[in-house]
Amino acid sequence: MSAAGQSAGLWQLAWRRLIADRVAVVSMVVVGLFLLLMIASGLNLIAANWSEEVAVGYAPPSFVGAAKKTAANAPRQADNGPNAYPGTVKDPLATEIAELRRQLDGGVTTSSEADLELGDLKVVDPLAKEMAEILGTTTVAARHELADTLPFGADKWGRDVIKKTVKGSETSIFVGLTAALLATIIGTVLGAFAGYYGGRIDDFFNWFYNVFTAIPYMLLILAIAAVLNQRGVTAVVLILGLTGWTGIYRLVRAEYMKHKSREYVQAADAIGASNRRRMFVHIFPNISHVSLVQLSVNAVGFIKSEVILSFLGFGVPVDKVSWGSMLNEAQNELILGYWWQLAAATLAMALLVTAFSMFTDALRDALDPKIK
Amino acid sequence: MSAYILRRLWQMIPTMLGVVLLAFFLFNYVGGDPAYILAGKISSPEQIASIRRQLGIDQPYYVQLWIFIQQILTADFGSSWATNEPVSQIIITRIGPSLTILIPMLIIETVLSVLIAVGVAYVRGSLTDRAVMIGCTVAMSVSLLVYIIVGQYVLAYQLGWFPVQGWGNSFLENLFKYSPLPILLGVAVGIAPNTRLYRTFILDEINQDYVRTARAKGLSENTVMLHHVLRNALIPIITNLMTYLPALLVGDFLIERFFSIPGIGREVILAVERSDFPVIKAITVYVAAATMIVNLVADLLYQAADPRVQLK
Repeated sequence: MSAAGQSAGLWQLAWRRLIADRVAVVSMVVVGLFLLLMIASGLNLIAANWSEEVAVGYAPPSFVGAAKKTAANAPRQADNGPNAYPGTVKDPLATEIAELRRQLDGGVTTSSEADLELGDLKVVDPLAKEMAEILGTTTVAARHELADTLPFGADKWGRDVIKKTVKGSETSIFVGLTAALLATIIGTVLGAFAGYYGGRIDDFFNWFYNVFTAIPYMLLILAIAAVLNQRGVTAVVLILGLTGWTGIYRLVRAEYMKHKSREYVQAADAIGASNRRRMFVHIFPNISHVSLVQLSVNAVGFIKSEVILSFLGFGVPVDKVSWGSMLNEAQNELILGYWWQLAAATLAMALLVTAFSMFTDALRDALDPKIK
Repeated sequence: MSAYILRRLWQMIPTMLGVVLLAFFLFNYVGGDPAYILAGKISSPEQIASIRRQLGIDQPYYVQLWIFIQQILTADFGSSWATNEPVSQIIITRIGPSLTILIPMLIIETVLSVLIAVGVAYVRGSLTDRAVMIGCTVAMSVSLLVYIIVGQYVLAYQLGWFPVQGWGNSFLENLFKYSPLPILLGVAVGIAPNTRLYRTFILDEINQDYVRTARAKGLSENTVMLHHVLRNALIPIITNLMTYLPALLVGDFLIERFFSIPGIGREVILAVERSDFPVIKAITVYVAAATMIVNLVADLLYQAADPRVQLK
């Protein structure tokens, strides 16, 4: 970057190579779209109302058609079918207005039918009353427009699977990227110290490395999950980040060992640069491509790991949705024949992971100075 | 050779000590006071104090660490907090089912992926090669959970070809009745990444001079590929296989959980769910020790397979 106008630097060359690679460009666009999705969903621009009940429970995808079995449970008003759904540019005050109306009407007239429907369920579900209280008016208001089908179906509670997948993508990608960033920082810093200083410091960090790699990875993750005993995005990021630094540590350490005696580092020493400055200002830019590729590799791996952790129930809490928790729900739904949630989570994840892996390969090739 | 083995064993001591310290730190410090976990939600201060005395956690940390080291050396970790079963008993009885699944899985997976890799490496650059490679990338992107969920549903639940889950008492019944589907799904999960990896190993060999020499002397393509190329590519393949060996000791967490196979992996997941620290702690320490031994054996075997390797 600093050598603008002169011969192209490593990054410029790498960027040119990346752009010339059609597969790389396509995968970069897909990954970019997922990132935009994550940010938009994180800022509540899209899928903010994912937890709302917009259809009957297990409403099938539109292209399958409404299920006959559930027709008896469905409120009569929902005859307008799939077309009812795209019109959900919802009045943000709808719930409040409904609440006011309900209070005016004594809370029975508009929602009597829906309440009657709920009546039978309340007997079965001991928490139904509490749930109804928690959900409050949103349930009542939403009941009027419950759809028979949705573009990609609904889950048990009538939530839109597409919105759920978007929200799940937000969690899974965020966790994967943040954990990868944490692991990369830990691995790079430890690797830099071990490789640069050598001697005792190297021995110490190598010992640390040996201890962490002596325990099989999944066992280590589960052991840390057991002692943290918390469900949450931060906990998952910590679990994955604190266990996943070993691979990058080795690579960065090897790079620092190679670079520390090069002429430019000796020159930096001669002009009086401190050790820290030599490590992070002089050497780091020359090995940062290793960290970058590893960041990408780790992100893919951690997205997969997060899905497994959340599936097992050691990941994100129940009020958050991730691809893993979707797969967990889908496992039981599949036996009942409701396959769409499984398909949605699988497709979203496969698309991202394929694109991300291809991008990582392309990035590695583009940054490899041996290929010119 | 014996000097090498002795030195390696000597080097294991600090690592093992580190694992013990890490396990101690995690389970006695980060994990919180086990007395509260054990006593449950409703507990009086007297109960807590009595449990703490029983577990020895009212002692200072160095005494607790010493107790832990004694437990490791005598293989007596006490009992599971959840089931009261002795922890050593748990480990011994759970390892069999894990191996029943994992050993056939590893063998079938390796044979199949090596054969496919030889095949696609031979026609490298062709449409078949590229199609198989893209297929592998896509197959690797689907979560392994999906393979297991869908496989169990379609093959066991819908088609009824296999039992949905279960485990019996006789080894043969387990191997031939309950294991085939878990093994099949495990192979399906592992075959794509292995094929990709082994293909690169074979490609590294296929352009070597000795291959040209072998062709020049008029050997058949089969002999060249199987006797010359594959034999040399076997060295990195074996190295890669060795990295899987420690995993044999912990079992396949997900497959064991889905198919209710009473192996080590399922035990770990159950222990995490129940905060059953003695079980996880013991398994972590033993598996780490076993991993180091297995790695040493792997290095010795490696030298036997490749005389060029010098053990230093």
